[in-house]
Amino acid sequence: MTNSIGEVLNSDVVFITGSNTTAGHPVIGARIRQAKERGAKLIVADPRVIDLTSDADVFLQIMPGTNVALYNGMMNVIISEGLQNKAYIEERTEQFDDLVKAVSSFTPEKAAEICGICADDIRAAARLYAQADKGAIFYTMGVTQHTTGTEGVMSLSNLALLCGNIGIESGGVNPLRGQNNVQGACDMGGLPGDLTGYQKVANPDALAKFEKAWGVKLSDKPGFTLCDIVHKAGHGDIKFLYILGENPMVSDPDLNHVEEALKNTEFLVVQDIFLTETARLADVVLPAASFAEKEGTFSNTERRVQRVRKAIEPIGKSKADWVILSDLLNRLGIEANYSNPSEIMAEISSLTPSYAGITYDRLDQLGSLQWPCPTLEHPGTPYLHKASIARGKGLFKGIDYKPSNELPDADYPFVLTTGRVLYHYHTRSMTGRVAGLNKISPESFIEINPVTARNLGIKDGEKVNVSSRRGEISTTAKVVRTIKENVVFMPFHFAEGAANVLTNPALDPISKIPEYKVCAVNISPSDRVSDYV
Amino acid sequence: MGVVKLTVDGIAVEVPRNSYIIDAANAAGVKIPTLCYLELHKDKRGDNASCRICCVEVAGRKNLAPACATPVMEGMDIKTDTDRVINARKMMLELLLSDHAQECLTCSKAGKCGLQDLCYQYDIKETRFGGLMNSFPMDESNEFYVRDMNKCVNCRRCVMACSHYQCTNALDFASRGFTSHPTPPFDDPITDSVCVSCGNCVSVCPTGALLPKSVDKFRTWEVARTLTTCSYCGVGCQMELLTKDGKVVGVEPADGAANNNLLCVKGKFGYNFINHPDRLKKPLIRKDGELVEASWDEAYSLIVEKATKTKAEFGGEALAGLTSARITNEENYLFQKMIRAGFGSNNVDHCARL
Repeated sequence: MTNSIGEVLNSDVVFITGSNTTAGHPVIGARIRQAKERGAKLIVADPRVIDLTSDADVFLQIMPGTNVALYNGMMNVIISEGLQNKAYIEERTEQFDDLVKAVSSFTPEKAAEICGICADDIRAAARLYAQADKGAIFYTMGVTQHTTGTEGVMSLSNLALLCGNIGIESGGVNPLRGQNNVQGACDMGGLPGDLTGYQKVANPDALAKFEKAWGVKLSDKPGFTLCDIVHKAGHGDIKFLYILGENPMVSDPDLNHVEEALKNTEFLVVQDIFLTETARLADVVLPAASFAEKEGTFSNTERRVQRVRKAIEPIGKSKADWVILSDLLNRLGIEANYSNPSEIMAEISSLTPSYAGITYDRLDQLGSLQWPCPTLEHPGTPYLHKASIARGKGLFKGIDYKPSNELPDADYPFVLTTGRVLYHYHTRSMTGRVAGLNKISPESFIEINPVTARNLGIKDGEKVNVSSRRGEISTTAKVVRTIKENVVFMPFHFAEGAANVLTNPALDPISKIPEYKVCAVNISPSDRVSDYV
Repeated sequence: MGVVKLTVDGIAVEVPRNSYIIDAANAAGVKIPTLCYLELHKDKRGDNASCRICCVEVAGRKNLAPACATPVMEGMDIKTDTDRVINARKMMLELLLSDHAQECLTCSKAGKCGLQDLCYQYDIKETRFGGLMNSFPMDESNEFYVRDMNKCVNCRRCVMACSHYQCTNALDFASRGFTSHPTPPFDDPITDSVCVSCGNCVSVCPTGALLPKSVDKFRTWEVARTLTTCSYCGVGCQMELLTKDGKVVGVEPADGAANNNLLCVKGKFGYNFINHPDRLKKPLIRKDGELVEASWDEAYSLIVEKATKTKAEFGGEALAGLTSARITNEENYLFQKMIRAGFGSNNVDHCARL
């Protein structure tokens, strides 16, 4: 997030796009509602009527995969009505003409047709957002999990720059990160081309610094991304794969392909707290301690580094991940004699400018610190781009709308989009073991509009078969008015009736994110015993 | 904004103009007992103020004033500890007790119950006001908590939390006078309402009216509390893990910058995976197609042997690792260090995209 969660209480307008906030990030959902109660206006754009729709001043029920068209339509309205922040554009941005060129033909009527909504609603949303002093944008995977995900984010950045909402308190472009420490995993160099703090492996100075600190020669060639790694492991190009605390057997797209790949992997190590679907395929499984059994830090979605503290001893003979990794590093000949994770943080701080001022002592004293925190005196950074845009000037990038990779056709006439439910977390390895949560949300389902359901002869609660070009699953129909005709929704949490058997592994060319949010499927009632037998 | 000068129990203090008497007392170092008052509600104080336990004497005023809901005024002379104040508080407590299911011997709230603590403080052993008591049916419909309105003190904390902080609006007060009580619409079971089981009402309830359905029995003084960060989504809520005998037995919210004392259903009630019997307890190695238990030394040796051999034969490019958005920063750092420095490739990624 460019800004902090608490700042939303003072936003004038909150634009929520591709985020079912009260399900995916419930406490942020609550705080957005607090902002609404304090007078903020709310714009919600989503393919489904989500919980926050009832609080929305403008609701745009767009077709999955049409985000860029919507944003372009909104920017067309803003520019043609002269609502943009001209002083801000002049002072803090560049290539405004590039944007004007891209959106000038994108009339609200054109956008409305692509998105499947009313042009006047686009106008209303555009005016509301543009006329706010402090407009905050919140988004999640509904924007990013497309083959045009990166363009969707750039387009939102265009919109925010256009109205002067970057670099101000209670504004910003705010991706809500899905996992407790997904921000931290990125910050810590859990990316093929990036060392800690996004220092590039291809940057000779950065690489030299790490080579010196670690005492080894390092490769300057960026590695492969997740989907490529799994694919290459299946084809024998990668012969040794170590998976830590992940369950690609439920979370990755095109699961039939993933299963085949992991089964074919020559040597697979899985380290987890449970014997997950992925761990079952491993050659070696290492038992890890849970978050309650170790010391450490997580970095949340607003770049806030906070402590994790040990409440109980590790269960059985399990060990904290940092202990396991230290043991292995030592055995691989790289000295790793840490007596406490605070010492690892000290090493991180010494190599990472944005974490340089973060120590356990300061975290225990202050509660948390938001990076960038470059010195031991620095108070942390609640919102980014304050004095100026980090790269110098905010760059407008004219972006044209591109349809999703796989569109409905005669064989697969429905658009499937996927997401979360409040009561489960990711692949359910944790929430699946909490009795109450399972009782409330026991199994996979597919949301179908009543008209679509009637045309298919499907009743609420019936078993249905859902198929795509990748595979077929059986799940339960939920006939609801909260989704449009010919669009269907499934949560991705469940290993039985798994949505990701169906999803399209087509990747965004830049971020390499799969297009989970749009694929074409067919639906048919499960064979049922006739009532008249 | 300006400041206001006043005295609390003879101590002169200056507080900002929009403060309440309770703030002035805090500034003077005078502790005023409270029951319905909650820091969480600081921007909604006037809306709540129902129990009158915090009443104080203000010179020149006929009635006692609730400290939590009375704005300060210049020159106020406040007395928090007079006989009149103490007697009023005792009377309030007796009235509350007269309609309270006194099950303190078995109530799991005992030891951190606001009503019990106040009765202890003011030596209230029993109430003079016997007779009619409400008899509400218990609502055990929710998977995670029980609503027992026979222990409710009508403090409105649950309604405030649900309406103005969680903003779900599942609760409000129904009926009038003696039978007044917080409830979902039409006195239906809470599961039939819009309740999302966040448990924020349970966390703020001062008595045993809203209690978690804990699997484990424990008294509040038996548990250790550890401040930590929730391990579910990316919001980073601060919470306390309550532990007893090596087991996590409960979770309570803490005041983190991101969550401001709120939690969701997963953070508040989704902790039983930690001590679940399915937890992996020993390393496993595949032998003859089956995963069998092994020692750490065996597992480590095999991993290092395979990694070293693969690297020697095919180069670092043939090794890869997927790190985790679930583990700590320090662990992510060590993992990528192992892949880059130990295995010799940059083939490290994680599920940020999934």
